[in-house]
Amino acid sequence: MDITNLTFLFYGYSAAWIIITAFVFLLVSRGRRIDRELARLKSLVADKDNHPR
Amino acid sequence: MREKAIYLLAILAALVMIPNLKTVFMDLPDEAMQGAIYRIIFIHVPAAINAQIFFTVSLITSILFLVKKNFVWDSISVSCIEVGTMLVLVNLVTGSIWGRNQWGIWWAWDLRMTSQLMCFLLYLGYLLVRPAIAEPTQRATLSAFVAIFAYADIPLVLMAIRLPNVRTQHPGPVLETGTMAKEFHAPFGLGVLAVFLICTALILIRQHQETAQREIDSLRRELHSI
Repeated sequence: MDITNLTFLFYGYSAAWIIITAFVFLLVSRGRRIDRELARLKSLVADKDNHPR
Repeated sequence: MREKAIYLLAILAALVMIPNLKTVFMDLPDEAMQGAIYRIIFIHVPAAINAQIFFTVSLITSILFLVKKNFVWDSISVSCIEVGTMLVLVNLVTGSIWGRNQWGIWWAWDLRMTSQLMCFLLYLGYLLVRPAIAEPTQRATLSAFVAIFAYADIPLVLMAIRLPNVRTQHPGPVLETGTMAKEFHAPFGLGVLAVFLICTALILIRQHQETAQREIDSLRRELHSI
């Protein structure tokens, strides 16, 4: 079996999985950031509604 | 409901992908000319096929947004483009590695590869420009026009290896010409299905984030007006 072929096959699949995993991590971190921001804004709106100027 | 669908898609993807990877790496024989490296086709081509499916969905939903002005269409469009762009990157990188092994070069400026790179850059431009527009309706409208414009590259990518007088470094369509062995067809189809299921789950997650982002925009406006 040609080792060079196998090495490049390994590089190819590794690259594909690294890209997909990095994308999933970005998606998860953005989701967490959005959830935090949404909770913060909702509490701010509730505060302003309860204590109007 | 959405969460259940995401979990279901992920489980289905795993059920399709794991036995398929076993078939690809342990059961299928090496290809006569290329040896083991040909197995890259089971990720390289499914990534490209699914990217084109998702870009087509984004074209349809962009047109629907322009007609109906419903933000659901915009959120589906941006989600499909984000996942599709990631798939085109997978396609370009795996193709480059395959090319280095088989042709001795990382890249050739032929019609197929250049049009695919253009496709990646066009949709990347869409994703980079979109957050710069603050007003939601304006952002969605402009995004829809850019998505329709970017899609013009897809027929070029598809036709690049089918045009009669164009010579490309990239091989011709192996499925249509029958140069792919019959025993490779099932794992190839299952590879396309597995990538489709995973990416549909990712699109559902991304679409939910887009909806939440619009809620954030509206809460910010509400806070400014109080």
